[in-house]
Amino acid sequence: MEPHAPLSLHVPEPEVRPGDTPDFSSVKIPKAGSVPRPPVDVDPREIRDHAFSIIRVLNRDGEAVGPWAGSLTPDELMAGLRHMMTLRAFDARMLTAQRQGKTSFYMQHMGEEAVSCAFRMAMAPGDMNFPTYRQAGLLIAGGYPMVDMMNQIFSNEADPLKGRQLPVMYSSREHGFFSISGNLGTQFIQAVGWAMASAISGDTRIAAGWIGDGSTAESDFHAALVFASTYRAPVVLNIVNNQWAISTFQGIARGGAGTFAARGLGFGIPSLRVDGNDYLAVHAVATWAAERARRGLGPTLIEHVTYRVGAHSTSDDPSAYRPKTESDAWPLGDPVIRLKSHLIRLGVWSDERHTQMEAEISDEVIAAQREAERHGTLHAGGKPSVRDIFEDVYAEMPPHLRRQRQQAGV
Amino acid sequence: MPRMTMIEAIRSAMYVSMERDEKVVVFGEDVGFFGGVFRCTAGLQKKYGTSRCFDTPISELGIVGVAVGMAAYGLRPCVEIQFADYVYPAADQIVSEAARLRYRSAGQFTCPIVIRMPTGGGIFGGQTHSQSPEALFTHVAGLKVVVPSNPVDAKGLLIAAIEDPDPVIFLEPKRLYNGPFDGHHDRPVTAWSKHALGEVAEGHFTVPLGKAEVRREGSAVTVLAYGTMVHVALAAAEEKGIDAEIIDLRTLIPLDLDAVVASVKKTGRCVVVHEATFTSGFGAELAALVQEHCFYHLEAPIQRVTGWDTPYPHALEWDYFPGPARIGEALAAAMEA
Ligand SMILES: Cc1ncc(C[n+]2csc(CCOP(=O)(O)OP(=O)(O)O)c2C)c(N)n1
Repeated sequence: MEPHAPLSLHVPEPEVRPGDTPDFSSVKIPKAGSVPRPPVDVDPREIRDHAFSIIRVLNRDGEAVGPWAGSLTPDELMAGLRHMMTLRAFDARMLTAQRQGKTSFYMQHMGEEAVSCAFRMAMAPGDMNFPTYRQAGLLIAGGYPMVDMMNQIFSNEADPLKGRQLPVMYSSREHGFFSISGNLGTQFIQAVGWAMASAISGDTRIAAGWIGDGSTAESDFHAALVFASTYRAPVVLNIVNNQWAISTFQGIARGGAGTFAARGLGFGIPSLRVDGNDYLAVHAVATWAAERARRGLGPTLIEHVTYRVGAHSTSDDPSAYRPKTESDAWPLGDPVIRLKSHLIRLGVWSDERHTQMEAEISDEVIAAQREAERHGTLHAGGKPSVRDIFEDVYAEMPPHLRRQRQQAGV
Repeated sequence: MPRMTMIEAIRSAMYVSMERDEKVVVFGEDVGFFGGVFRCTAGLQKKYGTSRCFDTPISELGIVGVAVGMAAYGLRPCVEIQFADYVYPAADQIVSEAARLRYRSAGQFTCPIVIRMPTGGGIFGGQTHSQSPEALFTHVAGLKVVVPSNPVDAKGLLIAAIEDPDPVIFLEPKRLYNGPFDGHHDRPVTAWSKHALGEVAEGHFTVPLGKAEVRREGSAVTVLAYGTMVHVALAAAEEKGIDAEIIDLRTLIPLDLDAVVASVKKTGRCVVVHEATFTSGFGAELAALVQEHCFYHLEAPIQRVTGWDTPYPHALEWDYFPGPARIGEALAAAMEA
């Protein structure tokens, strides 16, 4: 045998670090309208390329082009714009509230608003999302009251979750929003289980799972793919690739794979990538995948290609690990501005109306915050009852918890 | 001697260990370039390169499984789980693999790994950034379990853990990372720089696994505590004016049973304290051992002060966390009987 050179460990590195010039030249962006739209019953083997391309509808000029265009009316698009702007305004207020000590923690969506807001419009009443912490757009676009979201964030006396959950870890069965876990990835396989249950029960409802690019490394992700594929579960599996997992760039989780979507190929799951900053494209792809699920054709894996503009959470400072101007260099733009330009191009929107709507939304958010704060914030005003610590551990409180509750003096 | 926070002391332990032994490697989520979300590994990658300190995919099972494989090769991995609450996905690799590799291979393969993780509450971390899972690990034969309560111990115990031939679970009470904490969340926090145990030697030293330390001498009642609860117990004894002897266990496995027994025989009374839930907690093990070894010396029932048997609540954290008031009540109860 030939002698070999000593081995060395390969550790992937991002292209740039703080102080460098942002560089997204490796993110290949196909022209809007260039990716074909297959029939929903397509053989997954025929659309392998969809796992490596990016489906886009809105072009640079704000026009909707190509085979994925046309799934929404102007009124629906205006509603979508409002949802995204509401989420952004909500984020801004809650970030400030966190800095004022009104809550312990907050996580924002800046740059990723289109993903959850547009996806929600492809879901039907009764469908169930299994989200992570960056999909509040599912609630806002689904009409969940903003005041309840704030009550949850403030852990006040009106908190629907009784002060038990971390801020932003919402839960609303009624709104198709499964209770969020802080443990990454766990919800992905549960979405598959919910979908399988729907199939077992002869129901018509479908599920959607959500996971971040970093969290795809968890075993739960791989378990979800194998179960979804094996049982052809009626589920849409969403990966939100926002480029970063706290300080860790997406290449660490992706490794040698071409894309995250490509992970679905080995399981025979149709796998598509979509421009996550393009409201129209996300909606079109979500509708396509939901239709597959509803027709009993099985799961779809969608990689939403986007960028986390804000910090990971209020405990994070991104300037320590990426160039400060990296978000400006992101080649897919700002989802709000892109949809706004499209609506202006359609002749149904204007800068004046946009400014006016911004003001309206700001008033709504402020009013909601005022209403929520009447019920208290984390350190001031109304609180959940100490008795609530002991409730809901079991359906019926066992004697040992009763004793402990007495000991606690409540 | 330099003054260090617990974070700095832990970091210093890894520096010293990597310097002395090139087999020591450090990895975990956000551990490399950024230096960990708590900054415990800051600078290690710069100093020792990406082959010895690197970021991993978000896969706790992967982190520990890879560490077991590396240990089988002959390296000494010291890995970080970002929060103790996220160790459960790695349970199989820890419980079924790391813990029994030596046993099942009759010593052909061993598993000298350290699994570090921030643990405990008191930072409004909610259910998934607050748990104290030590009892899960003490129940597994083949693991050692360490919980330091101050910077000096953290450094000395971590070096000892890295040099130990067996797998060690190293639980870092995150409430102590920046200063001692006496359970009074509504008072300003003191800094380790003002504390004798914040004076940490720069170079190599160890604190042996399996040795407890008496933090406060006393003759009326013995308090068994570890981690954050050592400081809360000290505050409780002061405030109640009770002549309590406070023992910082430092390692749960191996346990310094001699120190426990000697103290309880001296005082005749015992209070056990931990943050973790009550039922089947490590306090139950301590209470059983004390009654087994000190039964004829006990003058009162053993008291246990712990978290409640519920998940950790976000907003009502201070009604969950055992504070000086609850420990004080238990001390009084132990004294009354
Ligand atoms: C099981 C588990 N391990 C680690 C963490 C700590 N953690 C919280 S968020 C995060 C990064 C997640 O990144 P990604 O999946 O890309 O989602 P993003 O935050 O970018 O939306 C980590 C490591 C956790 N919450 N759960």
